[in-house]
Amino acid sequence: MRAFTFERAESVRAAAESASNNPEAKFIAGGTNLLDLMKLEIEVPTHLIDVNGLGLDKIEVTSEGGLRIGAMVRNTDLASHETVRRDYGLLSRALVAGASGQLRNKATTAGNLLQRTRCPYFYDTAQSCNKRMPGSGCSAIGGVTRQLGVIGTSEACIATHPSDMAVAMRALDAVVETTRPDGTNRSIPISDFHHLPGDSPHIETALEKGEMITAVTLPKPAGGMHIYRKVRDRASYAFALVSIGAIIQADGTGRVAVGGVAPKPWRVDAADAALAKGAKAACAELMADARPTDDNRFKIALVERTLAAVIEETRDKP
Amino acid sequence: MKFEKPATTNPIDNLTVVGKPIHRIDGELKTTGRAKYAYEWHDPDIDYAYGYPLGSSIAKGRIRSMDTAAAKKSPGVISVVTALDVGKRDLGSKNTANLFGGDEVQHYHQAIAIVVAATFEQARAASALIKVDYAVGEGVFDLSTATKDAKKPKAEGGTEPDSSVGDFEGAFANAAVKLDATYTTPDQSHAMMEPFASIAAWNGDELTVWTSSQMIDWWRTDLATTLGIDKEKIHLMSPFIGGGFGGKLFLRSDAVMAAFAAKAAGRPVKVALPRPFLVNNATHRPATIQRIRIGATRDGKITAIGHESWSGDLPGGQPETAVMQTRLLYAGENRMTAMRLATLDLPEGNSMRAPGEAPGLMALEIAIDEIAVKLGMDPVEFRILNDTQVDPEKPGRNFSHRNLVGCLTLGAEKFGWNARGKPGTKREGGQFIGLGMAAAFRNNLVMPSGARVKLDARGDITVETDMTDIGTGSYTILAQTAAEMMGVPMEKVGVHLGDSRFPVSSGSGGQFGANSSTSGVYAACVKLREAVAQKLGFNSQDIEFANGEVRSDNRVVPLSQAAGPEGLVGEDTMQWGDLEKTYQQSTFGAHFVEVGVDVATGEVRLKRMLAVCAAGRILNPITARSQVIGAMTMGAGLALSEELSVDKRRGFFVNHDLAGYEVAVHADIPHQDVIFMDETDPISSPMKAKGVGELGLCGVSAAIANAVYNATGIRVRDYPVTLDKLIHELPEVA
Repeated sequence: MRAFTFERAESVRAAAESASNNPEAKFIAGGTNLLDLMKLEIEVPTHLIDVNGLGLDKIEVTSEGGLRIGAMVRNTDLASHETVRRDYGLLSRALVAGASGQLRNKATTAGNLLQRTRCPYFYDTAQSCNKRMPGSGCSAIGGVTRQLGVIGTSEACIATHPSDMAVAMRALDAVVETTRPDGTNRSIPISDFHHLPGDSPHIETALEKGEMITAVTLPKPAGGMHIYRKVRDRASYAFALVSIGAIIQADGTGRVAVGGVAPKPWRVDAADAALAKGAKAACAELMADARPTDDNRFKIALVERTLAAVIEETRDKP
Repeated sequence: MKFEKPATTNPIDNLTVVGKPIHRIDGELKTTGRAKYAYEWHDPDIDYAYGYPLGSSIAKGRIRSMDTAAAKKSPGVISVVTALDVGKRDLGSKNTANLFGGDEVQHYHQAIAIVVAATFEQARAASALIKVDYAVGEGVFDLSTATKDAKKPKAEGGTEPDSSVGDFEGAFANAAVKLDATYTTPDQSHAMMEPFASIAAWNGDELTVWTSSQMIDWWRTDLATTLGIDKEKIHLMSPFIGGGFGGKLFLRSDAVMAAFAAKAAGRPVKVALPRPFLVNNATHRPATIQRIRIGATRDGKITAIGHESWSGDLPGGQPETAVMQTRLLYAGENRMTAMRLATLDLPEGNSMRAPGEAPGLMALEIAIDEIAVKLGMDPVEFRILNDTQVDPEKPGRNFSHRNLVGCLTLGAEKFGWNARGKPGTKREGGQFIGLGMAAAFRNNLVMPSGARVKLDARGDITVETDMTDIGTGSYTILAQTAAEMMGVPMEKVGVHLGDSRFPVSSGSGGQFGANSSTSGVYAACVKLREAVAQKLGFNSQDIEFANGEVRSDNRVVPLSQAAGPEGLVGEDTMQWGDLEKTYQQSTFGAHFVEVGVDVATGEVRLKRMLAVCAAGRILNPITARSQVIGAMTMGAGLALSEELSVDKRRGFFVNHDLAGYEVAVHADIPHQDVIFMDETDPISSPMKAKGVGELGLCGVSAAIANAVYNATGIRVRDYPVTLDKLIHELPEVA
């Protein structure tokens, strides 16, 4: 860990301004990912801006009947919130499938969206990584890739986004609310929030320099059955090999987002449209352009089988 | 004392303290955080410095030069010591890879520098500033291709790599029912909770080291060799160890670097190895490729059994002895085993809990299940039919005590084995349900073990031995032994362990620790009893020690009085005769497992586990049970998720942390039962006990794999049994 300066932001605007004035600055919320990465010198901010004390820890009903979740709402608080459990069960289930109780107590809504990949080559600073050191090459390609991405990847990077929560947010059509250093706000649909790697895998989100997440807004409840199915080698405390976040209506239509397969929560309009036809049809759309490695080719079959089980579960419980 | 003849009745047989379910005497220290582990020793008057290591970023080659200028100028840095500075060192007798020193790089994350600073954070930050210029060498990292150049290793400790009895090839060719299958086990990590850590302090030419070691004398000896100093100048302490599993048997780089760093810094230095170093800097259990051939008659008698194993290690290393149990476990007139060793430039392979038997049984006990299926026999019945009471390679040699059949029979009854269905036929909800079982087998080893037992004027007993407690319960069973021998309650016994000033013990490893070290305390107590008797002028033939008193004929003297103001001391080392040659000494068991396999995803989840163990006298059923359930848990990880993933281009284990190397977590472990057979083995030791700490691991992973087969009808021969090896053969999801 390199030496850094630290400030407690007085306001959202001030935090954004401070971040834009210092190109090496980072916001810190729960710190469950950032501090680990700083210890390994994968992240080397010279300045940390603490955004915990800005009143962004509230969950409110919006005028449209949706939910506005403050950026600093802890994962535990969000998962256990009564309205979330009742109307956005997918989100609650995805949250408790992630990390551990201790981590969820600390981790925040905004921080969860911004967590970085768990690709082991990203974590080992002796290995080249285009995400960690742009242009240095990807040592994961051709290496150990069982956990890595099968779709949306590029010649420069095959890492996945590790979040469970984000998969639920994607299926729920969440919108990321931000404030920019000039004080203007904007709303970024979750579909546009995470970037695919292309030839710049170090650019992971739509956020501009200094732009700060203030909230994540959910539209009014979509109804239907909410299922989050996380598939992993051990029963807890493991990142998903594959996860399915699905909202399925009584008539069999619905939406599906997939985790563990891509650099962002993976959702395809054509797959949603095909969902009523069953898992095979939906999966064909979801995985249409997949480029797996020999180690992770199984994920494609696993997505289809898991989705089939999820659909079956909705039929079992009318 | 030398144990040369089977034990007769002795004071241990009173079983007033030994054999009782007594809670750990160090339990309160541990649960309240007061048990000091290596890194935690702290004297407020000492200005400790902190060392942070740098590991090689290549797997093989040479260091041309190192630029430490920026690191030395970094805030708080006191000193930087590089492998080039200290030069090539003599290799410790038990080490294969160099720990620290010289320009040669033998494996990834080999220690090449230690940065010493006023704080841990400063040392860590500075370590990243060292620039290394390597001459990268060509390495061999893939066992599957390296086997073509594998060689017959030299015999180690009387163990020949090959064995042959009768005409295996002929008998196998002519067998009515045959199995010929190949199995693989991956590289595996000890993954203990406490990392390697040492504090080194010099006082002139004398060195004190607080560390985390299973074997005090081995470490002290090899540290002296590596540093090039007299062993007598080293005082080594390791009273508490946060897990070792064989990873802490042999001297490691933290102790070496701490010694050099403390010398350079001119003050005591603390060094803890970062978590990734546990994988690529230290040792691991090597991967194996095992071919097993079994031939049997139609009525299920084994006529031919062959087991070959290939593993790899650095030059000068050893094979993973995965065939050893096959020489002893089942009958059969025609037999062969063979081990071949390939050269690999991966980190050093070495002992991990039940070396040899654990990976050997992972393969053999699937093979036994497979041949039973081919025969249409129940696998429990098949094992009973092929039991042997003699060493099958040397039929004149008996087992000291062998009750494998009892374990199998009792286990099958208690577990409800009869409820097992045909493969792939039992479904509950979204899971296929299956039962599996396997035999457990682990040899019983003994090691010389010394102890000093003191009696003071209060009648208190103090045991001193360099024995270690790696979480196993050594403190408690040694106290029980001394209490039984001296006729005092547990509260009157204090135990001090893990200090090189104490008599050299067996240490902890190879499940030899409990039986050997309690026998050492037994021997020292015999000496102390003689000293008491002599002092009181008692005839030591009819003397009785009980209730804190010594009794002979009509005289009764409190121990405190017998001790006198100066106290009395008994010290001795238990030596072993040739009973382990004349008899085969082993421990036995049976594992039964129920699994559920997700119909859609192929995720395997355990539902129930039972181990039945026959391991001589159980010294303490609480600590013994903890050993067995811990081993069953480890076996679950090895069966279902643990695998060090090799980057075969760059030559290192990629998943070098506890997020990537997945040991079983609480949610993976279901209800576990352990049953100990009520038995003693007087040929093993005066304690009539045997090892049990590794038995619980042996066979359990195969029982899980066999249960997966029973659940799904899919036979996986490559560990770990992960869902990607199942889903392509599972039925389509509706």
